[in-house]
Parts: sequence; structure tokens; C-alpha cells
Amino acid sequence: MRSVMQQPFRTAVLVLVWGWLLFLVLTPNLLVIGASVMTRDPGTFISLPLNLDAYRQLFNPLYLDVFLNSLYMATMTTLICLLIGYPFAWALSKVPRHRQMLLIFLLIVPFWTNSLVRTYALKLILATNGLLNNALMSVGLIDQPMQMLYTEGAVIIGLVYLLLPFMILPLYAVFDDLREDLLRASHDLGAGRLATFVHIIVPMTLPGVLAGIMLVLLPAMGLFFVPDILGGSRNLLVGNVIKNQFLDARNWPFGAAASIMLTLAMAFLMFAHRLSKRRIGEDGV
Amino acid sequence: MKQTLLSLSNLSKQFDGKTVLDSLDLEILDGEFITLLGPSGCGKTTLLRLMAGFEHPDDGSITLAGQNLTHTPPEHRPLNTVFQNYALFPHMSVFDNVAYGLKMEKRPKDEIRQRVDDALAMVQLEDFARRKPHQLSGGQQQRVAIARAVIKRPKMLLLDEPLSALDYKLRRTMQVELKRLQRELGITFVFVTHDQEEALSMSDRVVVLKDGRVQQLGTPREVYERPANLFTARFVGETNFFAGRVDAANGDDTITVDVFGLKRTFRKPDFQVFEGQPLHVLLRPEDIRVLAPDSDDGVAGKVVERNYKGSTLDSVIHLDDGTEVLASEFFDEDDPTFDYRLGEPVKVSWVDGWEWLLPEEDADAEAEASADA
Repeated sequence: MRSVMQQPFRTAVLVLVWGWLLFLVLTPNLLVIGASVMTRDPGTFISLPLNLDAYRQLFNPLYLDVFLNSLYMATMTTLICLLIGYPFAWALSKVPRHRQMLLIFLLIVPFWTNSLVRTYALKLILATNGLLNNALMSVGLIDQPMQMLYTEGAVIIGLVYLLLPFMILPLYAVFDDLREDLLRASHDLGAGRLATFVHIIVPMTLPGVLAGIMLVLLPAMGLFFVPDILGGSRNLLVGNVIKNQFLDARNWPFGAAASIMLTLAMAFLMFAHRLSKRRIGEDGV
Repeated sequence: MKQTLLSLSNLSKQFDGKTVLDSLDLEILDGEFITLLGPSGCGKTTLLRLMAGFEHPDDGSITLAGQNLTHTPPEHRPLNTVFQNYALFPHMSVFDNVAYGLKMEKRPKDEIRQRVDDALAMVQLEDFARRKPHQLSGGQQQRVAIARAVIKRPKMLLLDEPLSALDYKLRRTMQVELKRLQRELGITFVFVTHDQEEALSMSDRVVVLKDGRVQQLGTPREVYERPANLFTARFVGETNFFAGRVDAANGDDTITVDVFGLKRTFRKPDFQVFEGQPLHVLLRPEDIRVLAPDSDDGVAGKVVERNYKGSTLDSVIHLDDGTEVLASEFFDEDDPTFDYRLGEPVKVSWVDGWEWLLPEEDADAEAEASADA
């Protein structure tokens, strides 16, 4: 008790942090786990007895199909973000320092607008009578409007648009840390550009790649409002399934089980990320 | 007679309009240990990078054993670098770091293993092959960097301030170690440092650089005892500058110089002298003799500072005309007058013949030199 009296500030901070984690992170997650092993109830949403029916239901071909489709769209989104983000972050780390800050600022500016609003804006651009079709027709590239909205492509475009900064920022951080003398040492020892890229740059930026994948892949499976606004009826994400189970189908145990599956996938990615960082000695031993 | 291995001719380099190297010529001999010495910004690191191929000269050429390397990329130059902060690849083990150069040459696995083992044995790190760089101490990382750089048996090893991150004791150990390696390998070492003591103790020849120009090129002894100009004299070691005036040029290769009103006879210098010419008389602190105030010889002054340095006693003496003199004397227990108190009056003298004479330089150049020092 004496230490509490002696270090009131430290104690207050610790109580705040632990309180936060306990009530806003641990408790909700425990509630979700609890809900996932209970039985569906039309009146009270969930009731006893405990069982694993919800998890069994995850392997129902219908939902497995949604999950695989969702994984496919999220993977495509992640790959596109990586293909754009990797060279983008590399180039960003090369521009003079004061301009770097401006460019990062520009990258962050869109966050100030609600993502739902930005998704609606994208809808106006992609619509049959939207900006893009009108522009393409006026320059004569196409004769009649293309069907872009309500397609899988539109969903992926929306996801890439919303998630690209989350890929660029961690990649920028690793490129910014990549010391010029390591690349010089590689050339000095006889490695050309390609060999240096494969043996030095890729492994050194791998933690950033994995962090970017972590920040893009899982949200890409969960951002249910993107397919709601831009996609057709078949372009469902796991996020849509979870939302539907809670709000429409009133099947809380199943919604909870699906959401736990997403959390587990996240944990797996975080573990891989930690391993890759330890390899280059950033995490200590 | 040693042959020229690398010759740099008329090398110039500018960064953002600022001249870093100014039409520099330099010949590096096969098998020598040559040091590029100068204050920060003198162009020594840029010069090393031009040799390694990390930068390209605006003008001039680099020739190694008759082969023009001026525009050859670093991966095709037969020389290797030890970087200032070692630049070890953090994601690779010590073994893989050292093996990197040979893997790039696509050598057979057995040969790579044998040569890496040999290189690690040479730097006494056989037992550390599986460690990662971050698990090693600074001195061990340094040795990995050296093993990695010599494994391809380069014609020349470039070392960019390799010891600057180490503490004093380890520095001394590594200095000896580097000399030993250089003798055993017979490779030409080009060593960059701003530490004049390190330069003097390790090198066969020293290149003193300032503002992208060679100020002096010579053995450590030449650079220390016969500095070519005031900059070198100030930068390499500590020096007392006394203002002198030529009194008479004698027939027997000596001149009489008026210093502090005393008529002293000096060896005639290499440059032209005439009567009445102002001169700088340079004396190293260890050339100064501090005498009792009643001795016949010397200039009167008083002791204002004394530092006990273990083997020597360093003192600062204010002469009556205001000149400050540094004196460094070895202990002589038989000399009763050796230890002085602060404020004690003394006389300052030196042995004629140990002095070094330099002509007066342009006032501008002199002001610049003192601003850099």
C-alpha cells in the first residue's frame, strides 16, 4: 500500500490503462466468446445450454462459400494495396524530408472525412450515369456506359481506396529505417540491383509488408458497408454475415462464432509479424 | 620500390554547388597503409566513396592497376569497404554476412564454408558464426565487418572511420589488430579518420586533406616534424607558433632569426628567404625547455597552467609579451627545478635545430586555417 501512496500518478495511470483494457477490450471479447457457445433464443437472443452448434454452422457450405469469397476479395484488395503501396512507400522514403511530411499529410487528410461518406462519393463516380462513365464517353473511349457499380470490382476498388493508407504507412516506416549503407554494403560485396532487392531489401521490409497485410486483409473482410453500398447481392464479406446475424437473422451465437474466427486469423498474422521482426533483431531476444 | 595500385587524377566533386573535392591527384601504392586525415567536411569520406563507386566524380578519373574504374559500378570493383557503422545485414547470421560476397560470386558451397571459417578464425570469431549481429558487442561487429570485407581478397580495403564508434581501449586494441591484418593479408588499406594520433600511429603514409585539396602527403614523421603549411602544423599535433624575422642569411646554410628579441641560428629552410622577412617558427611542446628564471638563456614568462599526464608534465606558460607557450616535459626525478607552482616565473627555451620554419601565409588563408582548427 505504501507504494500506492508514494506514486499516485503512476498508480492512476496503471488503473486507467488496466481499467480500459478490462472493461472495453477483455469484457466485450469474453462476452462474444460466451455468446458463441450459447444457444440461439428468439426472445432473449441467447440462452443456455452451452454447445458448439454455432461453430459447426461455420462449416456449412453456404457460409464457407461466403467466407472463401470474402477471403478472395480481401486477398485481391491486399495484393493491389501491396502492389501500389510498396513502390509508393519506397519512393516516399526517397523524397527530401520536408516534402515527405507534406505527402504523408496528404495521405492522412482523407481520414478526416467519414469513410461511409467517402464510399458514397465513390458510388457517384462509379455509377452508370456517374463521373467516370460520363468522362469516358465524352472522350469517346466507350459508346455506352459500363456497368461498374454493384460488381465485385467496385467492392475491391472501394476496399483498396479505404485501406491503401494502412498499407503505405507501415511500409513507409520500414523503408525510412532502411539504412543506405546496408544497400551500399550489398553492392560493395558484388550484388547487383536485383540481388540486393531479393537478399536485402525484401527481408528488411518484410515486417512492414506483414504489418500492412495485417492492417488491410482483416478489415477488408469486415468492412460490411462497402459491399452494402458498392456491391451486388452476391458480393458478401464475413463482416456482412456477422452484421446480418446480429441485426437481421437474430442469430447471436453464430455471429459471435464468425467474429471469433476473424479474431483468430488476426492473432495468427500478428504472430507471423512478430517472428519476422525477431529475425532482423528488432524485437530483442 | 612499390608500384602504384590506384591513381586518382584531377578528381572533382560538387554537392549542391559546394565543392567537396577540388581537382585532386593522389597515387596509392601497392601494399601500403595510407590514411586520409582531415577535419569533418574536408572531403575524405567523399574521396573514399568515389573509390568504392558509391558516388561518381564530376570530373577526373580513377585507375586501378591500369584499369579505368571511373564509371564502374561498385559491384564490379575489386575493392571492398568496412563501413563506419559496420553496416552488417541485421537479418543474417554472422556466417551469412561473411559469406555474402562469395554467394554473390556463386562459389561452390564447400568453398564458401571453408573460406568463411578461415575468415572468422582470422578475426577470432569462430564460435560466433551462428549469432545475429545484434547479439555481438561493438568490437565483435567490427571484426565481422572486416572479415566480410576481406573474404573476396580485394586488391584494396577501404575503411571509413571504422574505429570511431569504439571506446578508447578497444580502439587501441583494434588499431594493433588492423595493422596485423594488413601485414598478414598484404592488402592495401585506405583508412579514413579525423583522429591525428590514430593516423600517425597506424599509417605508412598520411594524406592531410582540407577543403577537398591535399595539404600534405608524407610519412607520419614527415607530416609531424616537417609540416608543409600552417594548416597541417595546427591539425596534426599541438604546435607553438612564434613570430620571427630573418636577421641575416649566413653563408653556411644557416640563417639568423630574431625571435622575442633573441638572435637564434636556424637551419636554412627550403623556401627563399631574404633579410627582414617575417617567418613562423614552429616548435612542438616536447621541443620546449622550461628553465629556472635566473638562467642566461631563454624568454621570461610565468606558469599559468600545469597538467599532470602520467609520463609527462604539460604546462602552459605566458611569456611577458603575452604569447602562450605549451610545454610537455618528461619527468626527470634528478631535476630539482622540475615541478613548478602556478604563477612561478620561469624562462622558456628550446634546442636550436629542432625548430621548423614556415613562411608567412596570406592573411586570409591563415584566418581560415585558424577558424577550422
